[in-house]
Amino acid sequence: MVTAAELLALAAFRDGKEAQAFPSFGSERTGAPVTAFCRINAQPIRSREPVYHPDVLLIQDSTLLHQVDVFGGLAESAFVLINSARDIDALHLTDFVTCHPGVQMHTLPASDLALKHLGRPFANIGMVAGYAALTGEVSKASVNQSITEKFPGRIGELNGAVAAEVYDFVAANLARV
Amino acid sequence: MKHHIEGSQAVAHAVALCRPEVMACYPISPQTHIVETLSRKVKAGEIGNSQFLNVESEFGALSVLIGASAMGARTYTATTSQGLLFMAEAVYNAGGLGLPIVMTIANRALGAPINIWNDHSDSMSMRDAGWIQLFAQDNQEAVDLHIQAFRLAEELSCPVMVCMDGYILTHAYEVVDLPTQEQVDAYVPAFEPVQVLDPQDPVSIGAMVGPEAFAEVRYLAHDKHLRAVEAIPRLSRAFEDIFQRRSGGLLKAYHTNEAETVLLALGSVNGTIKDAVDDLRKEGWPVGSLALCAFRPFPSHALRQAVQDAKRIIVFEKDLAVGKGGIVSSDVKMALRGLPTIVDTVIAGLGGRPIPKASVIDTVKQACLEGLEEPHFLDLNWDAINRELTRQQAQRRSGPTAENILREIGAPGASPI
Repeated sequence: MVTAAELLALAAFRDGKEAQAFPSFGSERTGAPVTAFCRINAQPIRSREPVYHPDVLLIQDSTLLHQVDVFGGLAESAFVLINSARDIDALHLTDFVTCHPGVQMHTLPASDLALKHLGRPFANIGMVAGYAALTGEVSKASVNQSITEKFPGRIGELNGAVAAEVYDFVAANLARV
Repeated sequence: MKHHIEGSQAVAHAVALCRPEVMACYPISPQTHIVETLSRKVKAGEIGNSQFLNVESEFGALSVLIGASAMGARTYTATTSQGLLFMAEAVYNAGGLGLPIVMTIANRALGAPINIWNDHSDSMSMRDAGWIQLFAQDNQEAVDLHIQAFRLAEELSCPVMVCMDGYILTHAYEVVDLPTQEQVDAYVPAFEPVQVLDPQDPVSIGAMVGPEAFAEVRYLAHDKHLRAVEAIPRLSRAFEDIFQRRSGGLLKAYHTNEAETVLLALGSVNGTIKDAVDDLRKEGWPVGSLALCAFRPFPSHALRQAVQDAKRIIVFEKDLAVGKGGIVSSDVKMALRGLPTIVDTVIAGLGGRPIPKASVIDTVKQACLEGLEEPHFLDLNWDAINRELTRQQAQRRSGPTAENILREIGAPGASPI
């Protein structure tokens, strides 16, 4: 999750924008529920408060959906992407979407695609690539460049393959926003 | 060149460009990515003939640097939180001896209760140790202050702490203009020590001083800080000449002209405060803000000049003088003695609690309309506190406070009362 926020900010920076990424600082162990934040702006970013009202929400662990108030503070016209092979109905989120007509929600099997290429279910790359493909708010070229920069060598190539498959998946299955 | 980089990595880059000759660090949490990166750079031979020592404790780390600095080496370390406390005796010794060591403090809270998050309790505990303390507002300033710190420390022969908010800055990725080796070489001259252990010209450093001369030696440490008040803005201007940006200095004013109320703080919260000032000014509130970059020496004269027209100063501080209230606000009151200015203390951000812009704005309005109790605690859960106080009064064996409060607020994993 922290890596996703860094990648997103780095891609926005490559696009010529101001960007800030920071984790919410909980217990430092893999697997613990964790939140990370990213701000992207044309103007320099000064705020150091957590993001209380996100315009974009990337949920990497769908098992948190009904345990933690992940939608708390969500902006009215927010974009939500959930890492899951199941659709919104199967995740029991249809009522939420109906009650929040401004919110655009999609699911993407980011962990499955990572598992296929990396052998491990790291959803970071897929979620950032999916966000780029669905919204165009950060460019695919900058996402790809950021992956190479963040993960030099073989790991970068494999993650690049994850991103490429996510772009194809979005083109084939999900309408671009 | 501009990079999108983690704060700790950016600072490690800047420290490496200053070519420290001896670095000693205790490689345990709480530590920072700064020294991890520097140790790799030394191993890769990227910092000349620099030596990096993994030592047995924070006390050991600073003790090694005291010896190395006395031998004329440029020295650096970093620590935080409890690590700084474990270093305490050596911190006072380095300050008293006037050895120009540069140390990053990745500001974090002090236990108990155990807490790994950001506030300023750690460096505040060492505020009177004779070290200069500079606070960074953002990661660009953190980078720039480290470069200024080496020149400042060595010019005055006085150790410098560069304080940057733990996590909030150290772990944040943002855009930082990283300087070149040529720029840093042009700014930081070779270290010419005022005192050095040299077998060719033997001296001792660290004499026992009795009542007949102790006060005089201490006065001279104070006098050095008075000279730092002049040196800090001068070196900030010299920095601007080479690096083409303004960083450091004693303090930085934001819309303080004709401001009736001035918000004052140290460190990264100044970013949020500036956003709050913009919002308040749009609503017609005559407010401004002041970021203190230098906390030791305390820039009393510059502060007094900067806020002489203000009616009210609201100090937001991430520390607590238990039994009294504010540490920074006490210094502000001292600087403004004789003026009719009201000085409010707002204790905020303890143990990593966020300081939201909305809370800053509400507090400013409350202060201006109704006044604040002294000190005021930002966003405190009074219900939980009052329930715990009631319980403590009702039964002698009321149990451990931290555990009880966790139960009161229904923290995950806490058993019911």
